[in-house]
Amino acid sequence: MATVELRFSALPEHVRTARLVAAAVARRSGVDEAVLDEVRLAVGEACTRAVGLHQSGGITAPVKVSLIEEEKQFSIEVGDEAPRIAPGDRAPGSGDIDVDAEEDEMGLAVISGLVDDMEVTAGEHGGLIRMTWPTTPPATALG
Amino acid sequence: MDLSLSTRTVGDRTVVEVGGEIDVYTAPKLREQLVELVNDGNFHLVVDMEGVDFLDSTGLGVLVGGLKRVRAHEGSLRLVCNQERILKIFRITGLTKVFPIHTSVDEAVAATD
Repeated sequence: MATVELRFSALPEHVRTARLVAAAVARRSGVDEAVLDEVRLAVGEACTRAVGLHQSGGITAPVKVSLIEEEKQFSIEVGDEAPRIAPGDRAPGSGDIDVDAEEDEMGLAVISGLVDDMEVTAGEHGGLIRMTWPTTPPATALG
Repeated sequence: MDLSLSTRTVGDRTVVEVGGEIDVYTAPKLREQLVELVNDGNFHLVVDMEGVDFLDSTGLGVLVGGLKRVRAHEGSLRLVCNQERILKIFRITGLTKVFPIHTSVDEAVAATD
């Protein structure tokens, strides 16, 4: 079970709350202070994307965020319920600045630029972005 | 923390001072401000990001949109930013190649290229 679980109505004003909660739990779990900004940004991007998918799809279900403390790592899962066939993990656009078409991809581009360990899955029941960060002690070399 | 916006004119440039958090909730306000400025004939914008605590891809999208609008009028949109955590987002997304980023408002206002 997740350490902390959060469900919020798919509205832009709640994304900030999700960021704050995620950063607080990440800090408690031992994620390095220097990385907390990245955690905050990445979870915000994932939630923003989920909110956008719910709103454009007319989905009334809440967006779900799971904050999971594990041994030597901390994971965040952001789940949406927007059904789709194609997985949303296309490569970020390069050079082109068509805002509307690229907004979704830009969010993913930011996440993949920030988080080494991330996984995007999507299916007929919705999508999930899972992001994982190591927790202390940082000196321990992991294979 | 909400978004704060204030504008002032320096020569032929319009400086937009932004403070607080630019995210999916607040970005529309920034978009409105930029659209309004361009509609009012201000085509050379300097967006001062020194007071920004948080910026996400929605905010980037608004800035890119602003850039497209001023470019349609042969204008310019320059950014002022010294904060590493904000600059990092521009680097990750490759937007450092799209926006001229300056270390001070004075520098941005004086820039011509």
